[in-house]
Amino acid sequence: MVPTLAGVILLVFFLFKFFGGDPAEILAGQVATQEQIDSIRRQLGLDQPWWVQLWIFVKQILSFDFGKSWMTNEQVSNIFASRLPASLTVMVPILVLEVCLAIPLAMLVAYYRGTLVDRSIVIVCVLGMSISFLVYIIVGQYLFAFRLGWFPVQGWSDSFWKNLTTYAPLPIILATMVSLAPQTRLYRTFFLDEIGHDYVRTARAKGLDEKRILFTHVLRNALIPILTYVALLLPGIFAGAFLIEIFFSIPGLGREIYLAVNRSDYPVIQAVTIYLAALTMIINLATDVLYKFVDPRVVLK
Amino acid sequence: MAAIAETAIAEEPTRSQGVWSAAWRRLRQDRIGVFCLGVVVAFMVMILLATVGAIAGGWQLEKGVPYAHPTFLGERENVEAKSVDLAAPKGPPVDISDIDPLAPKYDEWKKRAKEIQVSSPPRSETLPFGADRWGRDVLAKSIKGAQISIFVGVFAAVMATCIGTVLGATAGYFGGRAGDFLEWVYNVFTAIPNILLIFAFAAVVGRGIDTVIVILGLTGWTGIYRLVRAEYIKHSSREYVRAAQAIGASHAARMFVHILPNVSHVILVQLSLLVVAFIKSEVILSFLGLGVPIEMVSWGTMLAEAQTELVIGKWWQLASATLFMAVFLTAFSLLTDALRDALDPKLR
Repeated sequence: MVPTLAGVILLVFFLFKFFGGDPAEILAGQVATQEQIDSIRRQLGLDQPWWVQLWIFVKQILSFDFGKSWMTNEQVSNIFASRLPASLTVMVPILVLEVCLAIPLAMLVAYYRGTLVDRSIVIVCVLGMSISFLVYIIVGQYLFAFRLGWFPVQGWSDSFWKNLTTYAPLPIILATMVSLAPQTRLYRTFFLDEIGHDYVRTARAKGLDEKRILFTHVLRNALIPILTYVALLLPGIFAGAFLIEIFFSIPGLGREIYLAVNRSDYPVIQAVTIYLAALTMIINLATDVLYKFVDPRVVLK
Repeated sequence: MAAIAETAIAEEPTRSQGVWSAAWRRLRQDRIGVFCLGVVVAFMVMILLATVGAIAGGWQLEKGVPYAHPTFLGERENVEAKSVDLAAPKGPPVDISDIDPLAPKYDEWKKRAKEIQVSSPPRSETLPFGADRWGRDVLAKSIKGAQISIFVGVFAAVMATCIGTVLGATAGYFGGRAGDFLEWVYNVFTAIPNILLIFAFAAVVGRGIDTVIVILGLTGWTGIYRLVRAEYIKHSSREYVRAAQAIGASHAARMFVHILPNVSHVILVQLSLLVVAFIKSEVILSFLGLGVPIEMVSWGTMLAEAQTELVIGKWWQLASATLFMAVFLTAFSLLTDALRDALDPKLR
């Protein structure tokens, strides 16, 4: 884990060092004298050799002090603290809803495997996945918010409850609908894998009814790959639905990164990238521990 | 006895079916797969024609009136096209030539203006798929957009596949120090959420078609690396590779001449999965303005224009771009499924 994090730091540092523009010139703006640029360069330590700069960078990361955003002058730590709740308000319901809906749906499809129902649902899923996420958001926002007026077109407030009941429902519904197709398709293969196993045949031979086989035997075993997949999705909830956030102007982390990319606001991009990578690794570690509870066969080293 | 021996000899020249011809035979039996192959080939022919300029070459020409309706809607009243006339002032013009300092020059300018020939081709009221804000043909735009989007998707996928295959082959074949190092690189790239990685790359490199390809290629190789590495670990200790070593084949020859053909079906399926994923990514990047430049058209830039058009009820650009994209990606995805089934009969 530590070597990986070191790698992430190195990757981000060298990416911005060698391919990014000169920070001093970006900071100084269009009209700046050479003197001003030089003084900024001294302030940021850009006149030092690269290993000293790397050391400054590492110290910033370890002390959780990334300084201020270049464009808005806001503390980077403050950006995290103020944007993350908005992202989570939208993303946690999305994740819960899509998993809870996709599992029964996939089970249903797997139950009818090989029939016309199964084949047509799979084709509808592929068709649904082939339309860009953008189209769903554009049409959904137009139809439900602009035309029918069931939801506000966009907006956000300070109260958590109001956000969750007024502003978040439409983004949540749209994102859930979109991710339902790929997840159903994936979980279907997990269920089909399990249904093909010998223990299912044994259970059938014992005379158990299909319902019991499906819900007690197959579901429990299929939950293991599903858990792996959900764990893969989990880090995404912090920056995941940046498109949703941009369209509905939700002041979340994803939208902040997008704005930072457009403004060449390097400290924000770097900080978000590195901390989210660290968070991802922690979540992966937690999932590994969780496995032991789901699947007693797993032995942790 | 002699008869049996003869038939055995006679049968020998018919070689056992190769993996590709067997796969082709299985693919041909899959009706959906064959149909999707037809659709994809049709798109490829369309792209080829668009690249050489046979069709959709004039997508930038303003052929119709602004927001011309699709033909099947008929010539309904087009408010936006006529709004120019409505904006003209009413009432008699006021003579201000006494105080207008430019008045003496008007005659001279008129004369000069006459010397310049301006040809404005007749603009049609309707077009097959309608027109956008400037009266450009949406059908031509969709075809040109298909060319750019699919081009970016395919090239980025090829790039990611090459990187993933070479690194995966090296890691799986050699193992040891090189393998550990590449595992570390893999871990670093997968530790960062994909979209953040793309944004970080997009922040430092400029905008343009080539940079989109590079960004997607450099960030998307990890999945293929993982699979190819596993395959190479499995294959490198097999007898046929050892036999190759015994007759003096070099490491490179064993990696790319002997093992590669045996894992190429895995790579092919992954490549086509990547094409679908990258076309979707390109559309989103272009929509956000991080993708193809303004003077080009892709499905993503069309959707970006369509978002504002939809609010005033002009839905055809959105519908057209969505239709093209959905048809191509559905056909390509189903073809990939058929390909996987054909190449790996055990899986099903």
